[in-house]
Amino acid sequence: MTRKEKKALARILLAGVLLVAVSVWKPEGYLALAAYLVPYAIVGWDVLWKAVRNIAHGQVFDENFLMALATVGALALGEYAEAVGVMLFYQVGELFQTHAVGQSRKSIAALMDIRPDTACVLRDGAFTEVDPEEVAVGDTIRVKPGEKIPLDGRVLTGTSTLDTAALTGESVPRGVGVGQDVVSGCVNLTGVLTVEVTKPFGESTVAKILELVENAASKKAPAENFITRFARVYTPAVVIGAVCLAVIPPLILGGWADWVHRALIFLVISCPCALVISIPLAFFGGIGGASRRGILVKGGSYLEQMAHTGTVVFDKTGTLTHGVFEVTGLYPAPGVTERALLKTAALAEAASGHPIAQSLRRAYGDQIDAGAVTDVQETAGQGVTARAEGVTVAAGNEKLMAALGLAPAAGDDTGTVVHVARDGKYMGRAVISDRVKESAPAAIAALKARGIRTVMLTGDRKAVGEAVAADLGLDEVRAELLPGDKVAQVERLLEGKAPKSALVYVGDGVNDAPVLSRADVGVAMGAMGSDAALEAADVVLMDDDLGKLPVAMDVAKKCGRIVTENIVFALGVKGLFLVLGAFGLASMWEAVFADVGVAVIAILNAGRMLRGK
Amino acid sequence: MKKSFKLIDLDCANCARKMEDAIKKLDGVTDATVSFLTQKMTVEADDARFDEIMQKVVKCCKRVEPDCQVVLK
Repeated sequence: MTRKEKKALARILLAGVLLVAVSVWKPEGYLALAAYLVPYAIVGWDVLWKAVRNIAHGQVFDENFLMALATVGALALGEYAEAVGVMLFYQVGELFQTHAVGQSRKSIAALMDIRPDTACVLRDGAFTEVDPEEVAVGDTIRVKPGEKIPLDGRVLTGTSTLDTAALTGESVPRGVGVGQDVVSGCVNLTGVLTVEVTKPFGESTVAKILELVENAASKKAPAENFITRFARVYTPAVVIGAVCLAVIPPLILGGWADWVHRALIFLVISCPCALVISIPLAFFGGIGGASRRGILVKGGSYLEQMAHTGTVVFDKTGTLTHGVFEVTGLYPAPGVTERALLKTAALAEAASGHPIAQSLRRAYGDQIDAGAVTDVQETAGQGVTARAEGVTVAAGNEKLMAALGLAPAAGDDTGTVVHVARDGKYMGRAVISDRVKESAPAAIAALKARGIRTVMLTGDRKAVGEAVAADLGLDEVRAELLPGDKVAQVERLLEGKAPKSALVYVGDGVNDAPVLSRADVGVAMGAMGSDAALEAADVVLMDDDLGKLPVAMDVAKKCGRIVTENIVFALGVKGLFLVLGAFGLASMWEAVFADVGVAVIAILNAGRMLRGK
Repeated sequence: MKKSFKLIDLDCANCARKMEDAIKKLDGVTDATVSFLTQKMTVEADDARFDEIMQKVVKCCKRVEPDCQVVLK
């Protein structure tokens, strides 16, 4: 409890004791009014004062005004005990509310406690502690075990393991060594590292993530906007209703005191606070809870949309697959060993920087002296020929083989096929393909279990695309697409989807920014340290784990459910009590419950977003 | 220019909403958000007159919610 809350509690207790004392004493006439005014003043002076001050500032219909009006009205009607009791009850509710909100806020802040406080920087030959913002690019910083890495950089000396859980939700530590990039916000676990800073604090990953999450609150979901608009017309409407209730029926039926009392009850119920606070709190809790699992959501509106996902569109390379080519099949010609085939291919591709060439060299493993390979000729769309070990070597597609006068064996391979020839003789073929991510099959199955349609877009050949799709159990494939075609495909899918369902596009954020922004929700993967992905996407999965996608959808669903519960519950209870109040069936006590009680329950319900796994 | 400011003693969500509405209506302010949960206010306004506009924003906050303080850095 904060000092302010303790003070409020002391006032409530004191006023409560006095109220009980006065009710036991039972004074008469003006003495009674005077006696009840003491606890009333103790517990309610600030409400009265704020009401007066706010009216002076032109703010009429706020809750202070409503409470002041209701309790002063009760005093005027001679209901002294009720006036004090209602004010007391109201303050108890307010205290509860402040405390609950403060607690939720604190736990959200704790979830996002990734901001480093200091950086240990090398200045004039000695390490000194400074504010991370004062560290410049090129400075050397030291990070001891147990400390957070304050800025993005590259390891100069030392090896260690890093806990990236705060950023990715991934609990397995990651090893780093000299020359590797490290990302701010990770916790250094085992060894001392010295790091050369590569980005100023403001552009470091940790600062970007914090900025993103804090700004998330400004992108309001439709439910939040609905509540804001609702509150704007609701309070005046209820006040007008109360005035009507106080004036019209007694003109016909008489009995002024009773109707005025009912009107006061009406006023107490009317405060929209429960809604105004609990809906954004639920979204904020959802965003905070997701970020703890390594899922950054840029706004409540995306959470709301994700809850209604009908279709998920995946990019293939880099999203469903690793985006790294590997030799997955070797088919040597009769009388040729696999090793000889690989060696020839690696020799031919010795000088090339193409990913396929790299994968062949990697598969071969041994060092190749690129200087011993001469006369390298690359023919675009065909392959490479070169001289090595005193003979001609060639690696490429069927066209290249045909140009060499060779007839390669055909096969129905799903991948890129490289035919290899040595000294005019056909050696066989190597098949190179991208490897599917380990997390992909389970994630796709989880999405399908939720009744979500899955579509894959790829620029690859149809056979390759279909093989991957069949492997993963995807519903549809659109293959042989040029980069521009992907936007058109997504647009076509957007037109065809059910009106209330959302289309989620998942990409790696590298060159699919237009598609990410065109989809209802754009999800970028593996974004730790990638600025482009952080900026283009609406939702960012910090690591490569596709399994985070169904998790994100569960968080969104839960959040949406809590928001609906709160709206229905708060409006329902208030509506019910307004009707009961109008018919004289609700007392002032119940009215106060309908106001603060509902607010507290709604806040506690929103707080569920922060707990659970 | 867009800048965010810390708020002290912003006590109720409805007040935050009212502050936001009032600030948005000020001359020169393009956009504003007041977040009750983060206790922060973000103001987007004309570069040239930013300081002058901020003075008005502070005054505006004082009028709507006198208990709440804006921390100008």
